[in-house]
Amino acid sequence: MNLDDLAELAEQFRAADPVVEREVRVCVAASCQSSGASPVFDALVASLGDGKPACKVKGVGCMGLCSAGPLVSVADKDGDLEGSVLYRDVAPEDAEDIVASLDGPPLERLRCATDHPFFARQQKIVLEHAGIIDPNSFKGYVAVGGYAALIQALSEMTPTDVLREVTASGLRGRGGGGYPTGLKWSTVAKMPGAQKYVICNADEGDPGAFMDRAILESDPHRVLEGMAIAAYAIGASKAYVYIRAEYPLAVERLQTAIRKAKRAGFLGNKIGDTQFSLEVEIRLGAGAFVCGEETALMASIEGLRGQPRPRPPYPAESGLWGHPTLINNVETFANIAPIIREGGEWFASIGTENSKGTKVFALAGTIANTGLIEVPMGTSLRDIIESIGGGIPGGKSFKAVQTGGPSGGCIPEQHLDIAVDYDSLKTLGTMMGSGGMIVMDESSCMVDVARYFMEFCMTESCGKCIPCRTGTQQMHAILDKLAKAQATSADLALLEELCEVVQSTSLCGLGQTAPNPVLSTLRYFRDEYEMKLGGG
Amino acid sequence: MPPPANQPNIRVVTLNIDGQDLSAREDETIIEVCRENQIPIPSLCYLEGLSVWGACRLCLVELAGQNRLLAACSTRVAEGMRIQTNTERLQRYRRTIVELLFAERNHVCSVCVSNGHCELQWLAQRCGVDHVRVPYRQASYQVDSSHEMFRLDHDRCVLCTRCVRVCDEIEGAHTWDVMGRGSDCRVITDMAQPWGDSETCTSCGKCVQVCPTGALVKQGTSVGEMVKDQHFLPILARRRHTI
Repeated sequence: MNLDDLAELAEQFRAADPVVEREVRVCVAASCQSSGASPVFDALVASLGDGKPACKVKGVGCMGLCSAGPLVSVADKDGDLEGSVLYRDVAPEDAEDIVASLDGPPLERLRCATDHPFFARQQKIVLEHAGIIDPNSFKGYVAVGGYAALIQALSEMTPTDVLREVTASGLRGRGGGGYPTGLKWSTVAKMPGAQKYVICNADEGDPGAFMDRAILESDPHRVLEGMAIAAYAIGASKAYVYIRAEYPLAVERLQTAIRKAKRAGFLGNKIGDTQFSLEVEIRLGAGAFVCGEETALMASIEGLRGQPRPRPPYPAESGLWGHPTLINNVETFANIAPIIREGGEWFASIGTENSKGTKVFALAGTIANTGLIEVPMGTSLRDIIESIGGGIPGGKSFKAVQTGGPSGGCIPEQHLDIAVDYDSLKTLGTMMGSGGMIVMDESSCMVDVARYFMEFCMTESCGKCIPCRTGTQQMHAILDKLAKAQATSADLALLEELCEVVQSTSLCGLGQTAPNPVLSTLRYFRDEYEMKLGGG
Repeated sequence: MPPPANQPNIRVVTLNIDGQDLSAREDETIIEVCRENQIPIPSLCYLEGLSVWGACRLCLVELAGQNRLLAACSTRVAEGMRIQTNTERLQRYRRTIVELLFAERNHVCSVCVSNGHCELQWLAQRCGVDHVRVPYRQASYQVDSSHEMFRLDHDRCVLCTRCVRVCDEIEGAHTWDVMGRGSDCRVITDMAQPWGDSETCTSCGKCVQVCPTGALVKQGTSVGEMVKDQHFLPILARRRHTI
């Protein structure tokens, strides 16, 4: 198969439904479903009936503004989100009115403005199909140009060409560490050995983070396509998606996607009639946060206890069952298809000097517009929070934003103008992490915040290494004393010392970064800790 | 005598540890080279003859030019490495880690069968632990005396997993394993059944001998009477791995 064949196939799929001119798109990702999207979907289908053959109700992925869900958009066939009419907080009772308005002017009472900065300031690469295509439809994905990057790579590029494009793109790992993706791929590609593996890390566990879930629920084929391109580039024939069992909807859609892609010849044996084959298998996590750490994740896939092991050797050298393994995050793989399609240079033109492309963030906490956003690297935190996020509701004032989950830290007001990228966040004592952003207003107590994250790390510690296992427990006990105003200044000094020991001596990333929430809140909000000192 | 048919292609490197120039095979780890040259490095989970676990973090060393500390047990030597094994910073960390261990469960030497023969006790002495600054957690677990020859006391366990590894790698029984998470971790026999009911345990006693503390002991021992003998391990391990 070459690109022309694929374009013909896409044209066939587009033409298969010629009568449909208008689409009523209902978000059926997890956030909108939790606010009642399924009954809305059913009501719309019932209301529409057979009355308007040119209109169709379609389940789509995440449209971003989760706080206004269930979201429904009415768009021309193949139209984008910006050009559509968006309705918010839709209830099943509104279905009749929406259907009635399809031929006339939009329904103003439910309308959500799409020229709001929340939509206008975003730049969608990873989420370009989210909210537009039906995640369960293979044809829908191909119709919008899906799998073209894979066919292009297989039919027109050597593995070295693919590596060159990915390296040129400057893409860095979206799982948190920010390791250059091109370098990682090249390293695995250069490793000797006939058996290599590709792993997609979908064990997203940070509190308040749901980027990977939304990507998998909205556009699962995109992730598979990225994985297939990676497998071709490094010479792997077997891939795993390690996904947490707490994401049943994402698992289901991914299973459907794998099945359909395989049936159509885009996964499995001899993909696109070439010599390249790839088997993709799903492995479910059993609820341990530490299994997001790559060596623990691989142990879990192997059927062992989910515990990290010392690195080196890195997975690139000795990974799954001792074979060279490439392990990347969901969002990283979702960036690959556009990089191949548009070229590495195009991707590198977006973002900052050392952080290229866009980043998906999950906005949560006390902020007007909670949901999923995708912005170019280098967008300022102030833009994200005040303009896109719509600021703090209820007339309260902003206090801090927490990034990077339990491995990250809190950023106070005075640093809001910083351009968000991997390096700038690091200098502030936090990290990009996978992209969770929790906004806190003046009523949040920073000692409580630190205690919450420490409790998280304590209960999620696997128990293998001593500093993380017992250190987090001791630090949590001191934070608990502080929160109850029973701690002394000696306790605070001990807390700081334990932070240093746990950070410097722990075996894996979980322990090494567990003190970050404490250290960053101590750095910017030390007075709050000192005010809590009691006990003489 | 003819040379071996396939001479392994392993080079010898030189490196510097604590100011001493040393030579080592490139497949050796830092801790092996240190032990060979009588450079003391504290360790707990490491035991010659068992696989590397890398969990106690006591054998961390400083490598010149790198900010991150390296575990001597899991890091291979390389040409030109400059290593410090006993800096003020490392001493401070080691002491804190040992204190954390003491505070985690119930390590009361004066009533322990291993008193005087305990690796945790020796570590505390060597790392200069004169008191414990963190509060004792006083975790308490049941003692398992169901085995006719041995006894398991979780309160004295440091979760080094030497028992798990020796049982799996040397005895080949894999009776032991770890269950739970974080500080709730504990070693178990079979599917968390009483040791005496274990169908896989061969009663070889290797786990008891390699246990660094009084967690695994012989029945009938009293305070200070449990002396352990680990000489069998390197010999058996050598036989196992050279077949």
